[in-house]
Amino acid sequence: MERHFDEELKELKERLLRMASLAEESIVKAVKALVDRDKELAEDVIGSDDAINFLEIEVDELCLKLLAIRQPIATDLRFITSALKIITDLERIGDLSVNIAERALDLMEQPLLKPLIDIPRMAQLAQKMVKDSLDAFVNRDPELAREVCRRDDEVDQLNHQIFRELLTYMIQDPKAITRSVDLILVGRHLERIADHATNIGEDVVYLVKGKTIKHHIDEKGGKN
Amino acid sequence: MNKIDIRNFNLYYDYGDFHALKNVNLLIEEHQVTALIGPSGCGKSTLLRSLNRMNDLIDGVKVKGEVTIDTQNIYENHTDLIRLRKKVGMVFQRPNPFPLSIFDNIAYGPRLHGIKKKNRLQAVVEHALTRVHLWEDLKDRLKRYALNLSLEQQQRLCIARLLAVTPDVVLMDEPCSTLDPVSTAKVEELIYELKKHYTIVIVTHNMQQAARVSDRTGFMLLGELIEYGETADIFTKPSDRRTEDYITGRFG
Repeated sequence: MERHFDEELKELKERLLRMASLAEESIVKAVKALVDRDKELAEDVIGSDDAINFLEIEVDELCLKLLAIRQPIATDLRFITSALKIITDLERIGDLSVNIAERALDLMEQPLLKPLIDIPRMAQLAQKMVKDSLDAFVNRDPELAREVCRRDDEVDQLNHQIFRELLTYMIQDPKAITRSVDLILVGRHLERIADHATNIGEDVVYLVKGKTIKHHIDEKGGKN
Repeated sequence: MNKIDIRNFNLYYDYGDFHALKNVNLLIEEHQVTALIGPSGCGKSTLLRSLNRMNDLIDGVKVKGEVTIDTQNIYENHTDLIRLRKKVGMVFQRPNPFPLSIFDNIAYGPRLHGIKKKNRLQAVVEHALTRVHLWEDLKDRLKRYALNLSLEQQQRLCIARLLAVTPDVVLMDEPCSTLDPVSTAKVEELIYELKKHYTIVIVTHNMQQAARVSDRTGFMLLGELIEYGETADIFTKPSDRRTEDYITGRFG
């Protein structure tokens, strides 16, 4: 039986996906601005964040409305509570991209410290994690979601690598400190983006299976 | 602590023509509220009535399997039905007070069971009405005609009436269907308190009510018990697709 409620859930899903698409785009543009030293693009990322923030507010209100009016249960309830969590992660991803763009603006005022290899690689991984976590959400695919969570380790490793390398630059030359710190921060922002993608993956598993995998609780033998 | 153990229970109407309950297995816990939900005709009221053998009153009913309350299988031949229905009382959809005074409604059962002394009867009536929060309102009006009470008070009176004969189990068949939302809320609050002293089994059409009021919920469909579990689990992550579809309104 088709329910009017299904129409409303479809609308919710569409808004969420729109928000996800903007967030993914912001990661790509921010890192491109960094690599290409493109001032206009960096400013574009910063200016476009409002759109993501407004969508968070919209989806938030829609979820509250559906909870009050429909009193959903079971899968419908898990879908709406997951949506509430996912938009928080997406909004933070948008903010982190802005942070990267701000670092890019500072860095492009100074000579290039070193060719950027690991950071673009990290960005690619993080962006794919975000994309795949949302695909998992759309297709209700818990296996893909879990796999996204597992990729977080590789991102963390790259971040450590970047830090160690920049540390040597800073030790050798104090004039490199400001730029190194900026790049370390970019690495940190990308690492956080990947963490948010992991959160989304965990929410998808909960949505589909009704079981949470947050904090590795299923491995630690916690109550489930 | 299991109060009621329903084992491989089958019930047929019309001398075997209609298989109304199909191999139901269910454990009902003491001092908890168990809700039975499901679409019309699924057998939930039939199952409820099987717990105090009210179905015996219908011609052509055949039963196979066991219902054990405490340690006694109530379907054994020598079961004392009067004692059974004292122990396992029932509240119906439409309040059905006797056409008597408030006092006589409550005292009817105890009198039947041998309590004659006036002060003992008065104590029983006061206790029963207190349990349903009607004593303060009605203590000066006990001689009044019960059918003049509001519908919600009549329903509480019916509950008091059965509490007066000190049951262990209270069966409720859609007890709030004829009541408005405020009255429903009052009766639900009462159910919440009653479970401290009694074991309650409630049949309801109202999903939200089952969710609010019960500790465990059983979903029935076409005579079968499809799923049974903690109410919070049934309503957040049901295991069976049919349960999910029913409770979310995708069918039924």
